[in-house]
Amino acid sequence: MTRMEKSAAFSRRALLESGGALVVSIGMPISLDTLLAVRQAHAQGAKPPLTPDQLSSYIAVNADGTVAAFFGKMDMGHGLTVAIGQMVAEELDVPFKAVKVYMGDTANSVHQGGASGSTGIQLGGKQMRMAAAEARRVLVEMAAQKLALPATQLTVVDGVVQDKSDPAKKASYAELIGGRYFNVQLDWNKQYGNTLYAPGKALPKKPSEYKIVGKPIKREDIAPKVFAQEDFVTDVKVPGMVHARMIRPPVAGSVPVKVDESSIKDIPTAQVVWKNGFLGVVADKEWDAIQAMGNLKVEWSQTKPPFPPQASLYDVIRKSPVRKRVVEKDVGNVDDAFKTAARVIEAEYEWPYQSHASMGPACAFVEIKDGFVTCYSGTQKSHFVQAGLAATLDVPLEKVHVKWMAGPGSYGRNDADDCAMDAAVIAKAVGRPVRLQYMREQGTAWDPKGPASIHRARLGFDADGKIIAYEYTSKGFSRVDVDTNGGKPKDTLAGQTLGVALASGDGFGVPAESYEFPNKRLAWETIAPLLDRASPLRSSHLRDPVGPQIHFASESFIDEVAADLKQDPIVFRLQHIKEPRDAAVIKAAAEKFGWETRTSPRRDQTGVKVNGRGIAYSQRNGTRVAAIAEVDIDRSTGKIWVKRFVVAHDCGQIINPDGLAKAIEGNVIQGISRTLWEEVKFNDKTVTTVDWISYPILDITESPEKIESVLIDHPEIAPSGAGEPSIRPLAAAIANAIFDATGVRMRRVPFSPDRVKQAMS
Amino acid sequence: MTLRCRPRRWRAQDFAPYSRSNPAPPGLVFAPDTQGSRIGAGLATKRAVQRHPQEDTALMAQKFTLNVNGSDHTVEVDPDMPLLYALRNDIGLNNPHFGCGLAQCGACTVHLDGQAIRSCVTPVSAVGTGKVVTLAGLGTPEKPHPLQTAYVEEQVPQCGYCINGWIMTAAAFLRDKKKPTDAEIKTALEGLKCRCGTHMGIMRAVKRASEMMG
Repeated sequence: MTRMEKSAAFSRRALLESGGALVVSIGMPISLDTLLAVRQAHAQGAKPPLTPDQLSSYIAVNADGTVAAFFGKMDMGHGLTVAIGQMVAEELDVPFKAVKVYMGDTANSVHQGGASGSTGIQLGGKQMRMAAAEARRVLVEMAAQKLALPATQLTVVDGVVQDKSDPAKKASYAELIGGRYFNVQLDWNKQYGNTLYAPGKALPKKPSEYKIVGKPIKREDIAPKVFAQEDFVTDVKVPGMVHARMIRPPVAGSVPVKVDESSIKDIPTAQVVWKNGFLGVVADKEWDAIQAMGNLKVEWSQTKPPFPPQASLYDVIRKSPVRKRVVEKDVGNVDDAFKTAARVIEAEYEWPYQSHASMGPACAFVEIKDGFVTCYSGTQKSHFVQAGLAATLDVPLEKVHVKWMAGPGSYGRNDADDCAMDAAVIAKAVGRPVRLQYMREQGTAWDPKGPASIHRARLGFDADGKIIAYEYTSKGFSRVDVDTNGGKPKDTLAGQTLGVALASGDGFGVPAESYEFPNKRLAWETIAPLLDRASPLRSSHLRDPVGPQIHFASESFIDEVAADLKQDPIVFRLQHIKEPRDAAVIKAAAEKFGWETRTSPRRDQTGVKVNGRGIAYSQRNGTRVAAIAEVDIDRSTGKIWVKRFVVAHDCGQIINPDGLAKAIEGNVIQGISRTLWEEVKFNDKTVTTVDWISYPILDITESPEKIESVLIDHPEIAPSGAGEPSIRPLAAAIANAIFDATGVRMRRVPFSPDRVKQAMS
Repeated sequence: MTLRCRPRRWRAQDFAPYSRSNPAPPGLVFAPDTQGSRIGAGLATKRAVQRHPQEDTALMAQKFTLNVNGSDHTVEVDPDMPLLYALRNDIGLNNPHFGCGLAQCGACTVHLDGQAIRSCVTPVSAVGTGKVVTLAGLGTPEKPHPLQTAYVEEQVPQCGYCINGWIMTAAAFLRDKKKPTDAEIKTALEGLKCRCGTHMGIMRAVKRASEMMG
């Protein structure tokens, strides 16, 4: 038996049968606050229900005094596990090492929305902090009763409640509640997902009291990965399992009309799973499943190729009827102001479809046994996948268990949720446990895409040269043709291929900044998807959904205005920015970079290789980021090297500076990649970017010499997110640096060498 | 249908990784055609399994004894099956990962007689008596390879799915090249993929390991 078989078997049994392997309930703790609850219906000795209003849904103390924290989000690689552990340990006054965080398992955590919108700390951590604070309060009350001392007389040191004046009078958490569950009601706001909030009566600590939060504690999941001891979702194996592969249509929108099963009859155990547009194969051995996928003869319906020529994509966006228009900010009277303008500057920018292109294509395991569904998934959102599986398989929610395991990358709504649903359909059809992994071209060509868009900005001056009006409008495919999760069949390929219509939602966004102009309007417009059913160009959330494209345009345009006015790009920004924290990140980045105040472009370079610097800034849900790029450009080849990035980052209170710095580095590399290289290509039939050659990403030979971050800590301000904000302004910073170096304005991403060379000629 | 086993004719360059400076030869850059994603199998195996149309598609399973991390393992598989599947499914080593099946990303990298190879395109039949070492065989927590120590110290991975490629490739490189420059390290690692963007951490870790190795 391999290590994984053991661990898979263990986790299934342990979690399903006991609802949490480490905590054994042997009777209710009695405290002043829980006395009433004890008399209520929850059976003596049982765990209270796994509902958001129960403290036991978040925190448990084991018999040995260690703490289990049950988290309804998960760590997609930024070290969130550590940060949550720090927040819980801090509030409980236990050593960091005493806390173990369990993540993304529907059997032991409540629906906190999964990994979503960089809210792991901002919202998820906020809840865990309040739960831990309440647990400490309850434990101190219990100790007060036991020691016959007023609670105000007590303090907690490393999980031991003791008399402030006589530490010999003490009671440990283990003695007070170890091995039993809290039965404490929280004040739940009746929301599920990101906005779930259920504080108790306790107030969290003051930042001045912190001992653990703010420290650069290291991740403990690195060593198991580096020594090949940790299993990914791809590694799940159970006895009797079959391997599955999916087959996608050659023309998007077409469906199989004839499947020749005899074409795979020589492949041992190979079997076809076909219903409507859903087509997959299984075999006992993975290699045989892959062979079956390749050899199966399929006749597809004659469907008109659905996509326009790639070259006309932005024209299609321009000309398509607006499905929804939303003005998110409207100050003064923009239309009237433009009528009086003596001079107007305007520009338009374009951003392509982009793919998550996760490191490996998605993988999922599903077993249906005795009416109970077990799923291991690399999803960002287990609780949504639980709902999606219940709907897809038509079983009650409580009969579905989804356990998140580390997958091959993430970055938003990638192919993981689709894979879980496909695996479930196959598992139901073949009656055996199924491991489904997509192939590379399915991961790159068929994941939900970041939407393509165009962005128009214009700015008007009066006769005295004063700025009187600013208007910014994005127009593009919605950010949610399919929702941000696989919670409903309409949002998954399985649902759509089985016959549930795609119901594209509307969503986009506007620049998040604090430029103050007398008349200002920020708006977005969405258009219908190119194909109204299972489509390789269906859009959904890709890391910082629509943020990079919106701010590429808005921050490039601000730079264009500064250049037009012959002002230094930072001086110009600081003149118009209203919020002090925004100005602070810009100043911090400028100082670290060694910014020299001057106008762009430089005019002192004549050689083939030229160099430039560019700044951009943005906000994101409370976080502020300013980024300065230094680029080298080879004018003979058009190749750009982003040599250096300085990122100043203010996300309020910093929980773990080491994790934050590394999250920023990853954002910068991925952001450069998306700016310089990434573009989903398609022909009239389907997507043609299918691998790392056709969908290139930044290579290590192209990575910067230096990425420096300035972490601005505001312990007094509640933490906001850091998983995505720093990718947001990068494209504009690079574009602005190219302009500084060459005087050429890049208004279409990606800045591939051929495009840069063309722009410079 | 007649089952027969074809003679093997593999050359080292058949398993060489592709990168931007060493692109795939024309004809091996794939785009969906009328076969659509059914070329998936072709994508995964085109280089490893260069089956000619006139050849039979099903091949007889054969017995192979593979030396992996110092132990012999006998597997009975299609000779054309990539080593990756034998390691993961027949021998039960989960550490090399499937990333692309195209030698484009490195997630499947192992050592074959000390050389870093992409096990996703290396047929089992091409391994012969060569010694295969995977990440699990490179070092242990008790006796780590300097790169493993450096990876932990520098806290490199994010999702961690790519690490076989970087560590195994860098290990082979550092064995032969003492104290490389940054540029030499980058060139040695060219073409490997990390989608989370941990490149800066990778560089720090390789440099740290190089110093540890003296």
